[in-house]
Amino acid sequence: MNNTATPGKAKLVLHDVSFYYGDQPAVRQINLRIYANEILAIFGPAMSGKSTLLRILNRLSDLAEEGRLEGEVLLDGKNIHDPDVSVIQLRTRVGIVFAVPVPLPLSIQENVTYGPLLGRGRSKGELDELVERSLRAAALWDEVKDRLSESATALSGGQQQRLCLARVLALEPEVILLDEPCSGLDPISTLKVEKALLALKESHSIVIVPHNVQQASRIGDKAAFLLMGELVEYGVAEQIFTRPKDPRTDDYITGRFG
Amino acid sequence: MEIPAVPKEVDWREFAVEQLIRLMGVSAIGLVLLIFLFLIKEGGPALLEVPLSNLMGQRWYPTFDIYGLAPLILGSLLVTAGAIAISLPLGVATAVFIGEIAPEWVREILKPVIEIIAGIPSVVVGFIGLQIVSPLVREFTGAPTGLTALTGVFLLAYMALPTIISIAEDALDAVPQSYRNAAYALSATEWQTIWRVVLPAARPGIITAVMLGVGRAIGETMTVMMVAGNAARMPLGLDALLRPVRTMTATIAAEMGEVARGSTHYHVLFVVGLALFIVTFAINLAAAMTIFRRERGGGGRFLA
Repeated sequence: MNNTATPGKAKLVLHDVSFYYGDQPAVRQINLRIYANEILAIFGPAMSGKSTLLRILNRLSDLAEEGRLEGEVLLDGKNIHDPDVSVIQLRTRVGIVFAVPVPLPLSIQENVTYGPLLGRGRSKGELDELVERSLRAAALWDEVKDRLSESATALSGGQQQRLCLARVLALEPEVILLDEPCSGLDPISTLKVEKALLALKESHSIVIVPHNVQQASRIGDKAAFLLMGELVEYGVAEQIFTRPKDPRTDDYITGRFG
Repeated sequence: MEIPAVPKEVDWREFAVEQLIRLMGVSAIGLVLLIFLFLIKEGGPALLEVPLSNLMGQRWYPTFDIYGLAPLILGSLLVTAGAIAISLPLGVATAVFIGEIAPEWVREILKPVIEIIAGIPSVVVGFIGLQIVSPLVREFTGAPTGLTALTGVFLLAYMALPTIISIAEDALDAVPQSYRNAAYALSATEWQTIWRVVLPAARPGIITAVMLGVGRAIGETMTVMMVAGNAARMPLGLDALLRPVRTMTATIAAEMGEVARGSTHYHVLFVVGLALFIVTFAINLAAAMTIFRRERGGGGRFLA
């Protein structure tokens, strides 16, 4: 269960993390280390707590009614639930992209600048540069550079999803969380998103809940298998997908259930 | 493979339901049209009997056959605009509080209370106006009388509030939760989320709310008749709010009982009704176009 392949300090550390909706546990006793410059793929069947786990990492889980967290999450060694941690600032450091792209009902440009403008004023030139850089990193720039002022809702599904990625990148986060970012996309759009992620890995920690095992094995450096809220297995992706240690992981990836 | 045919019976039912729905939709439009035709029929003779220059005049003295509609139309517009200027920010703010901020149990109390406000008969609001609001207006503004346009504005604002609140709240409620999550995920605070995402997304619904509030205010009769003083003078100048004012509705209600049926004055009152109809229609049309233009400009496609 522990990983020895990665040297260096962990970016995010989960220590005995459990999360309950009311009395219902969604994830239980998770211990996990997430490193910089790596893609961690969290996979498992529906209702296994993957999305909950992602939302814990930037405290979107705070918004769940009757949600309750146990254990601690450390970002660069600092507990993200400490009273002196600003949740607003945390969310700029740990960005998230949802399964269904949610472009805000604004223009493409405004969608990208939305997050950065919340924090502080920036000059026009600075913003334009940020927009271009974010859209390029999300592999969307060439498709939208001539219509930045058009409505974001008019983009195709794949473009919307990359826009949502660009929007998060504009916050200049250190960790990027992605919750099934390709579930509604065609294979070509999926490929574009994955290429963008592989490039982003150079400067970010990435945690992705892929929409299928194939994607997990394609882009994951590490992989974690969740089942009914429990972390069954965690390790180097290649090992997990070829020689899983736990029979339940083996059953799942070879398609015997789930 | 052959596609199984729809059974005849289902086909027939489908047809019947469709026609029924069509009939209802058409009859709604038909009724509005009938009202319009009725007003034209009753008001039409006045247009023949009274020269247009008289109707366009600035004075309303029916006893001397002077039928200038301008003071009445402006009177209605003044109190309505004033009422909306107060009830729009207040109503939307209340809706935001109920829909976005208040805890569940406060919401459960507030919503029925607001519906009760909507149910207060306008005569009763008029009483409150006469007894409480109008002396206060006189005291605080130093106006010679408390029966002023401003008094009417306050009471109409109060009466338009429940409509604006409940429709605006529905509009906020209809904003997808995913918008809010997206805003929070982009490090927005609660206030930034409301102001920059939820309210803009609910904009068409809020415009509808305001329009219904305008309809409520401009159509209100009894309350304004009781508290606004009813002097048919042009409400121009800075002190117009502190002077008495007369609205179209109050004029019709006050004078209809006194006129001889079929007289010129009688027909002119229907022209007043026609003017009210047209003003309301124009305001609604303007609002509908605003929404329409925004939706076209804002991208036609909705979220999956």
